[in-house]
Amino acid sequence: MAKLILSMDDQVLKEIPLSRERTTIGRKPQNDIQIDNLAVSGEHAVIVSILNDCFLEDLNSTNGTQVNGKTVKKHFLQNNDVIELGKYKLKFVQDSSPKPAAAPAVDKADFEKTMVLRPGAMRAAAEQAKAMAAGGQAGTAEAVRAAAVKQAVASATAAGIADRDSKPVQAPPATPPAAPSAEATRSPGAAAPKVAPGAESPRPASTPASAQAAAPGAPAARPTVAASAPAVAQKPLLGAIQLLSGANAGKELELSKPLTTLGRPGVQVAVLTRRPQGYFITHVEGTQHPAVNGQPIGTAPHALKDHDLVELAGVKMEFFLRG
Amino acid sequence: MDLTQILEIASCTDPGMVRSHNEDSVAADAASGLVVLADGMGGYNAGEVASGMATSVITSEIKQLLARTPPYTLDPVTNIAIAPRMVRDQVVKANVSIFQAAQSQPQYAGMGTTLVVCLFYDNKVLVAHLGDSRLYRLRAGDFAQVTRDHSLLQEQLDAGLISQEQAKHAQHKNLVTRALGIDPQIEPEVHEYPVVPGDLYLLCSDGLCDMVGDEEIGEALRAFGSNLDLASQQLVQMANDNGGRDNVSVILVRVLREYPGPRGVMGKLFAWLK
Repeated sequence: MAKLILSMDDQVLKEIPLSRERTTIGRKPQNDIQIDNLAVSGEHAVIVSILNDCFLEDLNSTNGTQVNGKTVKKHFLQNNDVIELGKYKLKFVQDSSPKPAAAPAVDKADFEKTMVLRPGAMRAAAEQAKAMAAGGQAGTAEAVRAAAVKQAVASATAAGIADRDSKPVQAPPATPPAAPSAEATRSPGAAAPKVAPGAESPRPASTPASAQAAAPGAPAARPTVAASAPAVAQKPLLGAIQLLSGANAGKELELSKPLTTLGRPGVQVAVLTRRPQGYFITHVEGTQHPAVNGQPIGTAPHALKDHDLVELAGVKMEFFLRG
Repeated sequence: MDLTQILEIASCTDPGMVRSHNEDSVAADAASGLVVLADGMGGYNAGEVASGMATSVITSEIKQLLARTPPYTLDPVTNIAIAPRMVRDQVVKANVSIFQAAQSQPQYAGMGTTLVVCLFYDNKVLVAHLGDSRLYRLRAGDFAQVTRDHSLLQEQLDAGLISQEQAKHAQHKNLVTRALGIDPQIEPEVHEYPVVPGDLYLLCSDGLCDMVGDEEIGEALRAFGSNLDLASQQLVQMANDNGGRDNVSVILVRVLREYPGPRGVMGKLFAWLK
């Protein structure tokens, strides 16, 4: 937990833990941190703590609030920041040791965290339910079981026994409160994000992604495709391949599935993957690698661009995007 | 018995798209036919510590024990192969280590880990698991889940309180009912299944199966099955493409040939009598 060290003229006066969501600072006695000095306004500033992050906000004080010598209105406090109010200094110290238990409110907010439901809690709840049933209060066995389970969830949530999240989610104040429920309704199968994938990935793009990042530049040469480029970013266009040689020349294959296997098992196999960023071809099996526009691809997935020519197991085909 | 030539193993672990560090831990030892996957939980770095302890303790201990006594050795009292008890004992031992660390060091308080362990021996696979990390099997094109999660959701499913469809939208996917390091005593679930050459086994953390549907996982394994390294990367990539909300870890094990344990005269006689 973070704390403030109040000092004047390098004399430490006291330490104040930031245990509340809001810690107010001012001259008036109702403040959490009262500083009886005329240079300090009645209600001078407030520190808002969200998870492990603390934000300092000046409450339109007469003489202002300074952090590390600069006047601030709002400030995201960092370890060892010094807040100055008149002659007083408040040093902000972030304790790096873990919190004994995450705030229950946080647990409720983040459904993704894995927690252990202790068998004890479950058993106790079940026994209680059984006792209830014996007393003739509850109806069917299922209802009893449901009650037990519900109770166990409640107790586990309240206790917040062990959460699997190492990094408490840095919930920015802008996060819409509806987010957790939206997550809760996501189904594993239909989880494919329909929004621009780049926008929601905080992580730097991995190799295949960066390869794909170059792709939008290429279609720009074709005016017809360039016009539809924003649509690619929103929702990937449906791709297809047309066979140009071999027995089935002229046939088209729509790439609507996430994975499409091409080639002959045992000889040469490649897989076309449909990802939010677009289509990729990956060599899977065989001594010979497929060629894209005459160049054999390596072992890594290769991003396909509109009208790329692919040669695989002696068959030529063209990849294109459907507008 | 060295299984290096019989098992093909590939693994991949990734922090995902949201979390800053990886609390999953994977370990594999092809020679002894052992693979371990753990998904840690607990604040700061404690999750990594718990999962790391689980994989390292279990791998090193079982490797040492197997060097002395092969897994198919029959227990003189019960006349059952010693492997199941050996694995169970080592899982319990790992639990004690993690639990003690969590109790004695404040920065590790509350840490724990899920676990899935597979030991391949004598044409069988022995599976021990706790929590919601899973084992799947692809056999002759059929993709199926082998383990059953120790989670509230699974218990509700078993009790018939909710349907599969409701389970997909459940809010409390995150509640596991068993884990390593939380309580001084644990009860790992241990099973053995016969193995057929060509089987492909997938061990994964919930970061994969929460983000990617079983059907898609199966399809990816069928498509990329001939190249396990690619397949493992593909699975992690699919989870990340779908949002990658959690750490993603996979271990793939393909059984290339049969690997019967050598039988003595008595063993042959028993096998014949059966």
